[in-house]
Amino acid sequence: MVKGIEATGIPVAHICTIVPISKTVGANRIIPAIAIPYPLGNPKLDAAGEYKLRRKLVEKALKALETEIDEQTVFE
Amino acid sequence: MALKVIHYINQFFANVGGEEMANYAPELRKGAVGPGIGLNAAFAGEAEVVATVICGDSYFNEHTDTAVSKIINLIKDIKADIFIAGPAFNAGRYGTACGGIASEVERELNIPVVSAMYIENPGADIYKKEMYIISTKGSATGMRAALPKLAKLALKIARGEEILDPDTEGYIPRGIRKNYFADKIGAERAVEMIIKKLKKEEFKTEYPMSKFDRVEPGKAIKNMSKTRIAIVTSGGIVPIGNPDRVEASSASKYGIYNIANVLSLAENAYETAHGGYDPVYANHNPNRVVPLDVLKDLEKEGVIGSLHPYFYSTTGNGTAVKSSHEFAEEIAATLIADGVQAVILTST
Repeated sequence: MVKGIEATGIPVAHICTIVPISKTVGANRIIPAIAIPYPLGNPKLDAAGEYKLRRKLVEKALKALETEIDEQTVFE
Repeated sequence: MALKVIHYINQFFANVGGEEMANYAPELRKGAVGPGIGLNAAFAGEAEVVATVICGDSYFNEHTDTAVSKIINLIKDIKADIFIAGPAFNAGRYGTACGGIASEVERELNIPVVSAMYIENPGADIYKKEMYIISTKGSATGMRAALPKLAKLALKIARGEEILDPDTEGYIPRGIRKNYFADKIGAERAVEMIIKKLKKEEFKTEYPMSKFDRVEPGKAIKNMSKTRIAIVTSGGIVPIGNPDRVEASSASKYGIYNIANVLSLAENAYETAHGGYDPVYANHNPNRVVPLDVLKDLEKEGVIGSLHPYFYSTTGNGTAVKSSHEFAEEIAATLIADGVQAVILTST
């Protein structure tokens, strides 16, 4: 899906837990997530802490979208 | 004497549990468990599964380094002749775990390895160059067909016998070329091929073209505060009750959901339809998969220009590459029509 959308020229930031899978499917802007059942959260944190964590990941994705790249890049 | 085999399987095939047990830490059991019993039958006394490593799929993928070192420690004193991982069929995390552990076992313990999975399993793509991977069906219904092939190839590898071509042995092509003397010269073979082609008969190319399945990265966004963003997920978030009946795996469709007036994905309004991970956390707070709460705030604060008023959702487990391409084409067309300039895609 990442590739299909990006083929139209729209940049895609892929937030995902298993980076090797993201690489092999061909995502270009990859943002490693927290865990498979909760990529953008952490049930161990309280609601505010979790929101903060999620916001940081989304901001990282925006940053990735603002970054010019010419090959697959993992934004740690 | 029978050759000694170590077998790697996940929590599901060990009957430990389903997704709720996917965080199961590595365990070593004596003898064969689950599919290993079928392997033993196929070995017919030539080899025997002496130990089985069981590890949860999420555990392996989320803590790969720890999982690898634990497993290596568990098995290093067993002087095995071969390490077999799987079959993983089309289970993505199981496939990457099989490939990942087999690759490390071969490197660290110098034991030959073999695995088995479906050709679209991401683990096959990552590891097929490193090891022999028997090509299986997409689901466990292919177990009966896979085990004899896997056992046969494992015996040959363990004994250091010559491994023939992928078609003969049943493994996924590794991109290795071998020179051999053909009985006919190239010109004759080419003419035979073109005659077959003209007659619309089946023929086999001697030089399959490689598929360059990569896309150019999209241009970076210059002014985020004027950019329209869309959110797409393969994590299967749907309105409660799953009105479009997006399948739990091998999805044939995706859902389009209006979020124009939704500020956050509430627990009692959305859920996940995905059958490939423990749904408890996503159901409890669907924003953990589709971060709508954050995106709405970023829109309100003017960090992003606007958020496309729909999100798109399918389940990414076992979904055919062909289907995903079709979904993406359709989704991309509506995104372009709505002036979306960038996409965030989340995967579980």
